[in-house]
Amino acid sequence: MVTANLMSERRMLIPNNPITGLLLAIPGYFFGVWLGNVFGLFDDQNTGVILGYTVATAAFLVGMGFLNYPLTRLLGWPVTPISESEPDAGLSRYFRLSLDHKVIGLQYLFTILIMLLLGGIGAMMIRSSLLVPDSSITPPGQYIALIGLHSVMMIFITSAVIVGPFGNYLVPLMIGARRMAFPRLEALSFWLVPPAAVILAVAAFWGGFPTGWTGYPPLSEQAGQGMDSYIVGFGLIALALVVSGVNMLATIITLRAPGMTWTRLPIFVWGIFTTSILGMLAAPVLTAAIVMLAMDRSVQTSFFLSSNGGSNYLWENLFWFFGHPEVYIFILPAFGIVMEIVPHFARKPLWGYRTGVVGLFGVALLSWFVWQHHLFVSGIAPVLRPFYTLSTELISIPTGIIFLVVLGTMWRARIWFSVPMLFCMGFLVNFLIGGISGVYLSDVPTDVTLHGSYFSMAHFHYTIMGGEIFGLMAAVYYWLPKMTGRMMSETIGKLHFWWMFVAFNSTFFPLFIIGLLNMPRRVAQYNPALQGLNIWVSVSAFFLFGSMVLFAGNLVYALAFSGRRALANPWHARSLEWQVPTPVPAHNFDRVPVITGGPYDYGMPNARPVADFGGIRGVTSGA
Amino acid sequence: MKTIRIHEADRPHALRLLTIWLVLSIVGVIVALQIHIPPGDQSIQGADQSRTMTLMTALATPIFIGVVLMIVYSAFAFRNRGPELVDGPPMLGNTPIQIAWITGSTILVLFLALVGITSLASSNVAQAVGAPGRSIGQSGGQTGSGTAGGSGSELQIQVIGQQWYFTYRYQDYGGVETTHLYLPNDRPVELHVTSLDVVHSFWAYQLGVKADANLGVDNVIHVTPQKLGSFQVRCAELCGLWHGAMADSSGKVVSQSDFDSWIQQQQQSFTDIQKAVPSYAPFYFPDPLTKGS
Repeated sequence: MVTANLMSERRMLIPNNPITGLLLAIPGYFFGVWLGNVFGLFDDQNTGVILGYTVATAAFLVGMGFLNYPLTRLLGWPVTPISESEPDAGLSRYFRLSLDHKVIGLQYLFTILIMLLLGGIGAMMIRSSLLVPDSSITPPGQYIALIGLHSVMMIFITSAVIVGPFGNYLVPLMIGARRMAFPRLEALSFWLVPPAAVILAVAAFWGGFPTGWTGYPPLSEQAGQGMDSYIVGFGLIALALVVSGVNMLATIITLRAPGMTWTRLPIFVWGIFTTSILGMLAAPVLTAAIVMLAMDRSVQTSFFLSSNGGSNYLWENLFWFFGHPEVYIFILPAFGIVMEIVPHFARKPLWGYRTGVVGLFGVALLSWFVWQHHLFVSGIAPVLRPFYTLSTELISIPTGIIFLVVLGTMWRARIWFSVPMLFCMGFLVNFLIGGISGVYLSDVPTDVTLHGSYFSMAHFHYTIMGGEIFGLMAAVYYWLPKMTGRMMSETIGKLHFWWMFVAFNSTFFPLFIIGLLNMPRRVAQYNPALQGLNIWVSVSAFFLFGSMVLFAGNLVYALAFSGRRALANPWHARSLEWQVPTPVPAHNFDRVPVITGGPYDYGMPNARPVADFGGIRGVTSGA
Repeated sequence: MKTIRIHEADRPHALRLLTIWLVLSIVGVIVALQIHIPPGDQSIQGADQSRTMTLMTALATPIFIGVVLMIVYSAFAFRNRGPELVDGPPMLGNTPIQIAWITGSTILVLFLALVGITSLASSNVAQAVGAPGRSIGQSGGQTGSGTAGGSGSELQIQVIGQQWYFTYRYQDYGGVETTHLYLPNDRPVELHVTSLDVVHSFWAYQLGVKADANLGVDNVIHVTPQKLGSFQVRCAELCGLWHGAMADSSGKVVSQSDFDSWIQQQQQSFTDIQKAVPSYAPFYFPDPLTKGS
């Protein structure tokens, strides 16, 4: 009977898979273009292209099967509750619409790693071009197209790289739930990402877009059809952020197992919680701005054109009102990862758990009050500058708290130097440099020289790549055994860490100096006196890419060739997600567990086991 | 508030860390103070930025050394050397230390913000950093906040950004337009930065000046050159295809007499040009007819 219902839910008229999705998306695109060209009032193609991408995405989602459930309900056919439905099995489930948070987590992980490879190749092309001070390797048009594609691709990735794979996979396991609160929204948040990435990549065929990730008008209104990819792609990612934020918050608030009090919540879940608040509230602002930009480009409104009564400051403010919380959307889950992983390898309780949570909330709260520090030299009202200097510098207080918590956890510990721990320590050093350089940028007098230079570029690469991506690496090495049942090689992992750490710093530290020496961001031509330093940076960047190739090799070897099965709890960690068997059972827990102890109670003489897996009779869902 | 009592077992570690930190910090701060940080002293504003950056570096060095030292020290002193996994002491936190850390970082942050804001408020930096953007056409004598001496004594120059070069319009010399920026030494300058198309950013590197150029907006900044020499002008906001080439290294700070003869030459050639082509920009601020010399 279960199967029958699944049939009615899944197989309506057509088989639902990405190929069907693609087969529907292509005519969808042409239908959208036709519609735009018929009803578009103007002879440029922007209306058609924007509608084409939008209709194609919608058609793709229909082909994936997102309409089946609403239609089933609409027609009054019986549906199976998710908690009773049989899960998919086999490799093909990773290519279908799945409502299992574990499948979605892995779908996210591999999609994003592939996108990371694309973005990384873009970075290598940029660095190749900068080997020479003129644009003889890459023509300037291709160069600005490259930086646009690299930056937006990386922003897509970093928005979701931790919340997507690890948030979706681990949050239910960590809080003792059998699923996410809204599994269909969860699936939607994932299936919006591949179309966004494809639409963005398609921009290359239109010659890219010239604005970088900031998309400042009037340049973005002057740009060709590549800009429409930016608009629709970014819009889809914003939608995914909102959907995933709502889902995470609902899950964490309502589905915690009995006994999983707020003070027993693993700190990683707090990281996801705070980042979800930011995503849910910030992304709609971007959506609004994106829609205005789309209308400016297609139906000739002029929200951002000062020549027709609009203002490009409106875009700059809306964009950064989203953009600054956005960078904390990147980093808060990475803070969570570091504070989560360090106790397990230090073999000590998290030092100052509550203070750490306060630190996360402090960062999340303050992130709303700093956005105009991106506009210090734009001609904003000068009375605002002292306030934004102060508010920006205040963020170092909650960030400092997070450092204190980690340092306190390592104090007099018995540190087990495993690869995840190494990446956490690398995170601390890199993020420290990123944070300190941020103070230079928050101060108006010094920002006058540093704004828009390679200094700020080095700053955000230190925080995002040195911070978030190092956190991601720690997470992959740490949780991969639970997620895939395979363990990555520790020896290659250590080599990978040191290689990546040295190459990363060798790549990005000189960029602070290059920025101080008068090299602006996003230029294809630069002062020939800086060629030596740029060659150094480029060569280091190639080495950095090499370390990522090593990582990819390690990952592929572990998954496909090593054949070694990981233990259920290879790190001897106390937290809940390690207490379930590997592979994780279909519904995580046979019964919803009763949480009886904290996740980090190492060395406590009377520590209780973390949970009673017998559960309470009759309780099948949490909290 | 409870005083911070250091646990027996912590004492040797704390003492060792403190000693190493003090030694390294003193060395670090001395080294940091030696580093010459751009933009240098070609203008009063640039010199102030260099000073502020040196101060920040000197303050940041002990913090950087302290945190890295704690990470490295933990890595060596607190590593598990045995083959067995051993649990550490169950320390859950220490309220006095947390309060001390938060208080310390708050004081430091407030001090840094105070330094930044006071130097921003002092007349020198207020000139460099600029005054509110103002719509073109809204004429009047309004100048930026904190301008020393008022606008009367300042040389008025309009900086016009377009894809992909800057044009300079010398208001006080009959609206003569040039493609290179020459400034007389020791004279305060008021730059009116605007754009004819997309957003540009006027960056005169050695002068410590940066201001965005927006269509229809008059972004006012002030600069007082104090040393003869040349400077670089670059666009610092992505503005399209040739953004990277939107640079000019022949900006010059010259003596007043050199400036006078240069501007005369420019006026002459500009008169010839003007016979054939009208003034470049469709609109100007301040109005050239009322303020021309």
